[in-house]
Amino acid sequence: MAGLALEDIHKHFGSVVAVQNVNLDIPHGRLVCFLGPSGCGKTTLLRLIAGLERPTRGRIVLEEKNITEQPAHQRNFGMVFQSLALFPHLSVGDNIAYSLRVRKVDKSACRRRVEELLELVRMPGLADRHISQLSGGQRQRVAIARALAIDPRLFLLDEPLSALDAKLREDMQLELRMLHQRLKVTTILVTHDQREAMTMADLIVVMGTNNQVHQMGTPLEIYRNPADTFVADFIGTSNLLRGTCSGSGQVRVSGKTLKIEAMPEGVTIGREVTISVRPEDISILPGPREAENTLQGRVTFVRDMGSIVEIYLDCKELKIISQSTPKARPTVREGDAATAVLPPSACVVLKS
Amino acid sequence: MIGDKPKGLRAHLPFIYPAFALVVFFVIPFGIMVTVSFFHRVPGAFYTPTFDINNYRNLFTALFGRVLVFSIFIAALCAVICVALGFPFTYFVTRMRRKAQVVWLVILVSVLSLSAVIIAFAWSLLLSQTAGISNLFVWLGLMEHPVSWSPGFWAVLCGMCYVAFPYTVLVLYPPLSRLDPYLPEAAQTLGASPVKTFFSVVVGSLRSAIVATLIMVFVFTLGTYLIPQILGRPQHWTLSVLITDEAIYRSNLPFSAAMAVFFMLVSLVLVGLTMKIGKGRGPEIR
Repeated sequence: MAGLALEDIHKHFGSVVAVQNVNLDIPHGRLVCFLGPSGCGKTTLLRLIAGLERPTRGRIVLEEKNITEQPAHQRNFGMVFQSLALFPHLSVGDNIAYSLRVRKVDKSACRRRVEELLELVRMPGLADRHISQLSGGQRQRVAIARALAIDPRLFLLDEPLSALDAKLREDMQLELRMLHQRLKVTTILVTHDQREAMTMADLIVVMGTNNQVHQMGTPLEIYRNPADTFVADFIGTSNLLRGTCSGSGQVRVSGKTLKIEAMPEGVTIGREVTISVRPEDISILPGPREAENTLQGRVTFVRDMGSIVEIYLDCKELKIISQSTPKARPTVREGDAATAVLPPSACVVLKS
Repeated sequence: MIGDKPKGLRAHLPFIYPAFALVVFFVIPFGIMVTVSFFHRVPGAFYTPTFDINNYRNLFTALFGRVLVFSIFIAALCAVICVALGFPFTYFVTRMRRKAQVVWLVILVSVLSLSAVIIAFAWSLLLSQTAGISNLFVWLGLMEHPVSWSPGFWAVLCGMCYVAFPYTVLVLYPPLSRLDPYLPEAAQTLGASPVKTFFSVVVGSLRSAIVATLIMVFVFTLGTYLIPQILGRPQHWTLSVLITDEAIYRSNLPFSAAMAVFFMLVSLVLVGLTMKIGKGRGPEIR
């Protein structure tokens, strides 16, 4: 089934560009995360989809129907706001039933649906409570139940978990994920937390400070093959090494030649490129050793965090961070000479 | 500690000033008025301090009843009109940019600098036959010939609403500007049209503010004294006019004091009733 398509979306607020050049195809039934730093336009993009803003240019197409001009109240979407926006003058039940009342669903059907939804968000029997009597996590659940009351065609969430403390947030992430698996409703979630996006999403859309989409893909794809330096840097940590292409499958970095397994198309000899290597792919050997794909340097810092160990290496003008498990921990200490091994398969070449 | 009852003289000190002000400026004058309302009037002279219930007994006349009902009716009507017009007005002002809001509020507040006398005469001119607004309508072809709308009931109501409107907006402004702008948006994503959103969410969540404003405007306009005399006929005079008349022109202080006390009691009962209705099933008051 066709999902949601955003075609050449631009949004300007006066002279401020909030979103530009967005072309996305969001497949039906998936959980998609819009991920990016604050001010990248991800919330604006969600509000455009919800119909709360009109695009300056472009079309929004849902199941092959152009809905760009359709007002928000006719779209039949469910949205959870960052502030939750629960109605303070209504009880939990009346909040959840609001969309049903607007659609003139009769009272007993409303009551049944409210009970069903409260069951779904694991808050049974609390329909008569007032919003002010609920905890943060419970309010969250009510907001989710309210948005799901009409079986929305799209389920939109704007940083819904940012107000919760770390422990509760992790629980809710898992719960939302399981909810999505049960309901199979196309869901778009906005977040600036890459861990949240990695845990929950089928697909991640990475947006950058230039208010454009940088990459869309599965979490693993984006982690393994970042499209550019911004994505490589924003998703997890990455060693970004500037260099020049010096032959087929070869890049010269700080006077040494590194072998590369996959070179992107269109990179000619002499062109400047950036190599991205994930810290966990780099292994550290004690002492200076000359071998293929190695960089020699001195250990500046060992950061032991219990579950992982990070080793910071100074190789002339380059700084390398390596990550390993405590068991595979190399026997080096601060000040020791050491060698970093960068396997060719782990070096991702980025054009910028 | 928070929640603990204050102990000792020191803890009570902050309450001494408001208590003092309340007693000196309110309780004592009111006490004097209540006392005077039981005094016996001496025609041609002043009054003698006795306990005379006759002042209250004399209240039960057709004239007093009619004026009392009329005063309450016109004040209540004015309150309803002011809130009905002022609430959407304030809502749209709070949705404007900050700069525009300031301009609107300054214009509104500048109306408050006009005295009631100037306002009343301006309206009587505006509603008159010779120089009034009906001439404009004739010129526009909407009416056959100019008419006089003043003095009359609608002229009194117009003048009262004009005076009360800025206060209505100023009282409604804080709660409306604190309203979470995402509430109306949430209602829209849930399928409510803009009109439905306005009534179910904006009005609904500000119910207690609306009731408080209704009471404020009602109490404020109950004391109207000048406008009915300038814009109305004698049958449009409010109780304030009657009380002043009795006290100043007929020198019957005990009777006017009795009228004032009774008037106040009736308004208090009405305010209490309104608050009870306003609370209703509204869960905003925990």
